[in-house]
Amino acid sequence: MSVRDISQALAAGSYSSVEITRRYLQTAESRNDAINGYISITPEVALAQAEAADARRGRGEATPLTGVPMAHKDIFCTRGVRTTCGSRMLANFVSPYDATVVEQLAHAGAVMLGKTNMDEFAMGSSNENSSFGAVSNPWDTGRVPGGSSGGSAAVVAAGMAPFATGTDTGGSIRQPAAFCGVSGLKPTYGRVSRYGMIAFASSLDQGGPMARTVADLALPFAYMAGFDARDSTSAQRSEPWLEAMRQGEVPQQSNGLRIGLPAEYMAKAGDSGAALEAAIKALEALGHSIRPVHLPHTEAAVPAYYVVAGAEASTNLSRYDGVRFGHRAEHPTDLTDLYERSRTEGFGAEVKRRILTGTYVLSVGYYDAYYRQAQKVRRLIQQDFLQAFTDVDVLLTPTTPNVAFAKAALTQDPVAMYAQDVFTTPASLAGLPALSLPCGFLDGLPLGMQLIAPHFEEQRLLALGAQYQEATDWHTRTPEFAP
Amino acid sequence: MKWQATIGLEVHVQLATQSKIFSGAPTAYGAPPNTQACPVDLGLPGVLPVLNEQAVRMAVRFGLAIGAQINERCVFDRKNYFYPDLPKGYQISQLDHPIVGRGKLEFALPDGAQRTVTITRAHLEEDAGKSVHDAVPGATAVDLNRAGTPLLEVVSEPEMHTPAEAAAYFRALWQLVRAIGICDGQLQEGSMRCDANVSVAPTGSDTLGERTEIKNINSFRFVERAVRYEIERQIDVLESGGRIVRETRLYDDERDETRSMRAKELSDDYRYFPDPDLLPVEIDAAFIEAVRADMPELPSARQARFETDLGLPADRAAALAEDAELANYFEAMTAAEADPVLAANWLLNDVAARLNADELGIRQSPVAAEDLAMLVRRLSDDTLSSKTARTVFDRLWAGARGVDAIIEQEGLKQMDDSDALAAIVAEVVAGNPDQAEQFRAGKDKVLGFFVGQIMKRTQGKANPKQVNILLREALK
Amino acid sequence: MADIDLDHLQRLAALRLNEAEAERAYRELEGIIHMIDAMRGIDTEGVAPMANPLDAVQRLRPDVVTENIDREAYQAVAPNVDGGFYLVPRVVE
Repeated sequence: MSVRDISQALAAGSYSSVEITRRYLQTAESRNDAINGYISITPEVALAQAEAADARRGRGEATPLTGVPMAHKDIFCTRGVRTTCGSRMLANFVSPYDATVVEQLAHAGAVMLGKTNMDEFAMGSSNENSSFGAVSNPWDTGRVPGGSSGGSAAVVAAGMAPFATGTDTGGSIRQPAAFCGVSGLKPTYGRVSRYGMIAFASSLDQGGPMARTVADLALPFAYMAGFDARDSTSAQRSEPWLEAMRQGEVPQQSNGLRIGLPAEYMAKAGDSGAALEAAIKALEALGHSIRPVHLPHTEAAVPAYYVVAGAEASTNLSRYDGVRFGHRAEHPTDLTDLYERSRTEGFGAEVKRRILTGTYVLSVGYYDAYYRQAQKVRRLIQQDFLQAFTDVDVLLTPTTPNVAFAKAALTQDPVAMYAQDVFTTPASLAGLPALSLPCGFLDGLPLGMQLIAPHFEEQRLLALGAQYQEATDWHTRTPEFAP
Repeated sequence: MKWQATIGLEVHVQLATQSKIFSGAPTAYGAPPNTQACPVDLGLPGVLPVLNEQAVRMAVRFGLAIGAQINERCVFDRKNYFYPDLPKGYQISQLDHPIVGRGKLEFALPDGAQRTVTITRAHLEEDAGKSVHDAVPGATAVDLNRAGTPLLEVVSEPEMHTPAEAAAYFRALWQLVRAIGICDGQLQEGSMRCDANVSVAPTGSDTLGERTEIKNINSFRFVERAVRYEIERQIDVLESGGRIVRETRLYDDERDETRSMRAKELSDDYRYFPDPDLLPVEIDAAFIEAVRADMPELPSARQARFETDLGLPADRAAALAEDAELANYFEAMTAAEADPVLAANWLLNDVAARLNADELGIRQSPVAAEDLAMLVRRLSDDTLSSKTARTVFDRLWAGARGVDAIIEQEGLKQMDDSDALAAIVAEVVAGNPDQAEQFRAGKDKVLGFFVGQIMKRTQGKANPKQVNILLREALK
Repeated sequence: MADIDLDHLQRLAALRLNEAEAERAYRELEGIIHMIDAMRGIDTEGVAPMANPLDAVQRLRPDVVTENIDREAYQAVAPNVDGGFYLVPRVVE
C-alpha cells in the first residue's frame, strides 16, 4: 500500500490508524524471520501512537501523515526504545532523548512500527555488517539488500512498512533502494537535521526517506526536513514548496528539463546499461532533453570518500569507551584495558577497519598526503558538479554498478565492497541531493537509476521522479514474497 | 656557569558564561556530580555542538584588551585522545586558526619596574570534566559538570626569565580578565589555571634549553614556587652532567616540588583536524565594534583617570583600579558627591578591613555605596567627626539605613554651638588645675588630655578644630 | 607499499586485535591504503580544502541555559555509576 493511499483512506475514514497499524505489525512480525529487516518491532509504541493519531484525527487536527505507519532506521535515537545502530556496542542502549527527525515525524502523527536493521554504525554496502544478523533481499533472500539502510529498503520492499527513514553517507539510502526496487532520497547536506542521528561521518551524513514510489517520498521528506537550531550544519532556509508538500502536495513537473549524462558514469554502467537506455528514451518522450556532460574527477570519489569518512568516523566513534553508555568489558584490569577491550569487543570488524583507516589518514606524517588532499579533491569533485549544472538541470546516472549480489560474495574483499559506492559517493562528497528509483530488472532483480540535482533542489528530483513513474511501471512491481 | 631561565605561560581562563560553550547546560561550580552535564556534554550518541555567542564575544573582548588582531575566520578542531574526563574522546579546541592573534600585556613587577609580555595567541576550547580519586574506594570517579565549560587559553611567548615575573604576569592577566568581566577569577575554584613551560640555558646562549611543562598551577604563589623549583631542578640536573627530558610535570604544593606525570602521557599524536560538526566562525567588523563599544574601561586607564581627574595618589588609584568591583563601588560613591580622597581612604581602610574580617567581597558589602558616600559627605561638612563617623559606619554595617537618620537618632551631630562648647571647655580647664599648670609650663602634650576630656563630655560630638582653638584660648 | 604501524594505530584508537585479527587487518589496511593512494596524484595545487559541502559559517547560540539536567535518566544507560559519578578503574596521576 502506498503512503498516499493510506493517508487518503485514513482521511476518508475507510479504516483507523489502529487497524492499519495492526495489519502492518502483523506483516512485519510474520515476515521478519525471513527478511530480518527489523532489529526491533515495537507494537506497544505503535498501537499507542496509532490510538493517539486516531484521537487527533477525531479532533480535526490531523496532518496528511497522521496515523500512517512507518519504520525508523535504528540509527535515529528514540527515547524509551533501544537504539542499537546495528552494533553490539549499543545492544542495550536506550536514548534519553529523541532525534529531531523522530520528533518531527512523531509530531506530524506518524506511527513507528519499529527500528530497522542496518550495517553497524552505517558502515557497509550489504547489511552484512550488522551485529543483529544480515538482512535478506526480498527479491531473492540469498542476496543482500544493500546497505547501510538495508533494513529500511527491505521492509519497504517486503510490505512490512509503507515508508522508512534511512541515512546516507556515501550511498546508504540510494544503493539499498536500487537493490530492493524501491525509491530513496538523499537530501542536500544540511536539509535534514542530524541531531540524534548517530554520527558516522559528520560532513557527509544525511537522513532521508525510503518508500515504494517517488510520490510517497514527498510527504515523509517534507516532515523530516527543516532547520534545527541543535545542528550547526543545519541549513536555515524557507521554501514554500516544502510547506505545500507537508499538506500532501506532490511536486509537478511541467517544463522540459535538460538532463545530463555523465560520460564517466555511463562508461561503467554495467548491469544497468540497457535499462538506462530505456529510461533515457522514456524521459525524452516526456519532453526532456538529454545531453552528455563530464565529471572528470569521478574516479577519485571513492578514494577521497574513504579518507574523509574514515577520518571523521574514527573520532566520532571515540565516545564509545564503556564509561557512560554502551558495551563495557568485564573486570577491566586498568583504564587502558577498559577502553581497549570494551571497544574491541563492542565493535565489529568493518567498524574497526574504518577506525584504523581513519586513524591512519589523520596521524602525523600522513595528514597532508591523505586527509588534506582528500578535502581538496572533494572540492574538485564539487566543482565538477557545479560546472555541469551550469549546462544541465539534473544529472542521470546508474545508482549501482550491478544488481544485488549474493550474500558473502564480497565480505572477504573490503576494497571490492567499497567499489560498490562508485556512483553514489560523488554526490555525497559534494553535498548534493540525489534520488534513486527503479528503472528496470535484470534476471528478476531490480535496477536503480540515480538523479542528482543542485543543492536544495529536492523538489526538482521528486517532480521528475514522480513524472517518470507515472509513465513507467517498474515501481509497481513487488517481490513474489513467500514467507 | 651562570644560567638563564626562560618561561612561557599557557593560562586557561574559564569564561563566565551562563551556559556551556557548545550546549545549553548550566555551569554552576560545586554542584553535585554530573548535575551540570546534558547529553551534549556527556557525548551521548547523536548529539551535536552549537557555539555559544557570549563565549565568542568574551574572547573578542580579551583580544581587544590586549591590542590583538581578531581573526576574521577561526576554526574549531578536534584534539583526539582517550581520558575519562573527556567524554567524546576528543576535545574541541582551536589549533591553526585561533580566534585571537598576537597581542601584549603590560604590567608592573613587585619592584615597580614595567614589563611587557607578548601574547602569542588566545583560543577558545571546551574544558574537561574532573576525575576524583578519593570519592569511591578503588575506583576513579568521573564528574562531568565542568565538561564543556568555555575556556580561553592564553599563550604567552617564552619571554619571562624569573619566577617573580611569571607570577606578576599571571596576576596581571587575572586582573585584566576580571576587569573586562570575562572571568570570575576564583582561583581556588579553578577559574584560571596555568601551565608553565620552563627551560634553562647558559647565560648569553642564543638557543633555548630543552623545556618541561608544569601542569595545572592555580595560584600566584604556586606559579612562583613551581617555576622556581623547576628552574633549580633543571640547573641541578645540568650541572651534574644530566640532560633535561621534554616531559610534563605536576606541581605538588604540599611538598613544593614538581614531578613527572608518567601516568598521564596521553598521546604523542592528537590527530587534530577541523571538527566537521562545527563550521568556521566568521567575525566581522560590526561584531568587533559592538564588542568594543561594550568594553569596560581597562585597569590602567581607570587608574590614570582616578589620578588625574579625581586627584587620588598613585597607590590608592592603583589599589582601586585593579579590582573592578571595588572601583565600581568607588565610582558610585563619587557619583553621589563623596570627596574622592576621603572615599578612597574609607574604602581601602575601614571597609576593606571589615570585609576582610567577615570574609566578604565588595559585592556582598552590607553598606550601600550611596550610604557610604553620604557618610563621607557628612565628614567633609563637619557634621561628623572621624569618631562619630565610625559609629555611623557600625550602624550601617549592622543593617541600618540612611546616614542622616542615624545621626539624628543617635544624636551624633557635631556641636556647632560655640558658647555651649566654650562653657564645657571652661569647666574642664577649671576642674583640672594641675594639668592646666603643666600646659602653661610648656608641656604641650597635656592638650591631648583636655581634648579627650572634652570629647568625653560631648560624647565625641565636638568639632576637634573648634575644641583646639577654644582650649588654647582658655589655657592662656 | 604503505608504511603501517598497526600497533601504534591500535594504541591511538584504543583497540586491541588478537594476532589473527591483526594479521588480517594489516592486509586489508594495505589494500585500502593502496586504493586511497589513487587520489594522491591528483593535482590540487591552489585548491582550498573543503571541510563542509555547503561552505557555510557557524551560527551562534544565545548564552541561555536551555537544558534540564536529568542525571538519573542519563545514567540509566551507564554501566557503572556510584553516587552520581561514572566509575572507571583507578587512575594514578
